[in-house]
Amino acid sequence: MSEVEVRQAITRAHHEEWARVVASLTRRFGDLDIAEEAAAEAFATAVERWPTHGVPPNPGAWLTTTASRKAIDRIRREAKRDDKQKAAQMVYDYPPEPLGPIDDERLRLIFTCCHPALAMETRVALTLRMVGGLTVPEIARAFLVQKTAMAQRITRAKAKIKAARIPYRVPAAEELPARVSGVLAVLFLVFNEGYLATGSDTDPVRHDLTAEAIRLTRLIRTLMPDDGEVTGLLALMLLTEARRTARVSASGELVPLDEQDRGAWDAALVAEGHRLVRERLAAGVAPGRYQILAAINAVHTSARDVRDTDWSQVVALYDQFVRLDPSPIIALNRAVAVAELDGPDVALAAVDGLEDTLAGYHAYHATRADLLRRLGRSQESRAAYDKAIELAGNTAETAYLTRRRDQLG
Amino acid sequence: MQYLVSVIDDKTNSGTPDEMAAIDVFNDQLEAEGHWVFAGGLSSPSSATVIDNRDGQALFTDGPFLESKEYMAGFWVIRARDLDVALKLASEGSKACNRKVEVRPLLGE
Repeated sequence: MSEVEVRQAITRAHHEEWARVVASLTRRFGDLDIAEEAAAEAFATAVERWPTHGVPPNPGAWLTTTASRKAIDRIRREAKRDDKQKAAQMVYDYPPEPLGPIDDERLRLIFTCCHPALAMETRVALTLRMVGGLTVPEIARAFLVQKTAMAQRITRAKAKIKAARIPYRVPAAEELPARVSGVLAVLFLVFNEGYLATGSDTDPVRHDLTAEAIRLTRLIRTLMPDDGEVTGLLALMLLTEARRTARVSASGELVPLDEQDRGAWDAALVAEGHRLVRERLAAGVAPGRYQILAAINAVHTSARDVRDTDWSQVVALYDQFVRLDPSPIIALNRAVAVAELDGPDVALAAVDGLEDTLAGYHAYHATRADLLRRLGRSQESRAAYDKAIELAGNTAETAYLTRRRDQLG
Repeated sequence: MQYLVSVIDDKTNSGTPDEMAAIDVFNDQLEAEGHWVFAGGLSSPSSATVIDNRDGQALFTDGPFLESKEYMAGFWVIRARDLDVALKLASEGSKACNRKVEVRPLLGE
């Protein structure tokens, strides 16, 4: 096996097995910190050994076994330091939990990471680290905070889970609805991290993360088929995922919606997404955020040609969304649709009003750059592209923005 | 595992008869289900005295250690299997006494 193939095998094992290793170790040792550290050590050992010893036939089992040994080593080390702790740590009196309605180790891990006693930003960070296997710098970058602050946030969360004894289980049926909405918010963020992956060495789209988010959302939908937001989120993810291959060119450049080869969209995913959106419309219940976003994506994916897009429908849906959530990012996306309906000058006025809150967000500058370009204000457009390129973390997006900037007259 | 459930208020001993009755019902439930450890109401922070005897010379200071508008006006110490159980009980406690409460785990077992 070549060096490249071994490296690919390690990357694949990391994408596929990380969450499973952390989940099964957390279950066995009752401690997220031990599980995370041991999982990280096991992967480091794989990086060391696999190139010379070869990739084991079952990488997942190898990693779990190696990580378990590392965990036991750590517990023994700590036990030597403190005999009393030894008793507490070696004999985990974890009573066998009754199996929840969903029997998936990783979901257990997700519900713990998304526990309501943790702050929302902490839940996201913890889920990306423990379930997604992202590194602390990657997570810090995704949320525009310093690495040290992010590391501290995760450390504090693990300490709270342990000290307050946040349970490691899927909640009982009566608690599920409230707990699920917190999980959906986190899964959507994980999906987005996969959809617009950050890092100069990272693939622009991390299909593993989008696929994992979709897989877990499907599972939750199986459990709660009548929850409109679960269905809405799944539809949104499917309609977004359907465009995945059309969204990045062969040369690794982002292809915006209006330039995509619509024939390359995944027709099966589009059809499934549309079916789910229709199901929610038929339910006649006021939609939440995911259902509105899914409906917007359904409008886009219904147009065989970008010129057939029903922009008034898109703007009407964004109006509905803004009433639900007056956040500046939604106002920014609404402005993109307004540009098509009312012209770039009207959209630019709306976008300029968001500067105070969005000046650190690359999409704000990218949107401005595009509007200024369409208005023939090349110099200002160039400056906005520069700023957007400086802030963008996704390689495909940077490539696209750079080309657009260089095409300015 | 034991948890301290602090009742947060800006006054003390201010429970209405209805609230006191609801608290009694809640306390009975805690006892019946094996969660009860201890509970009590506290008189106002202005009745507090801070003592510092770290160097062997006790220094008494009138008033609370921390001045704040809202403070601990009462508490429960409950026994619960995990935080989910503690949060559920604390939610019922908050409803019964009609006040905000804070849950903090006690160290050790």
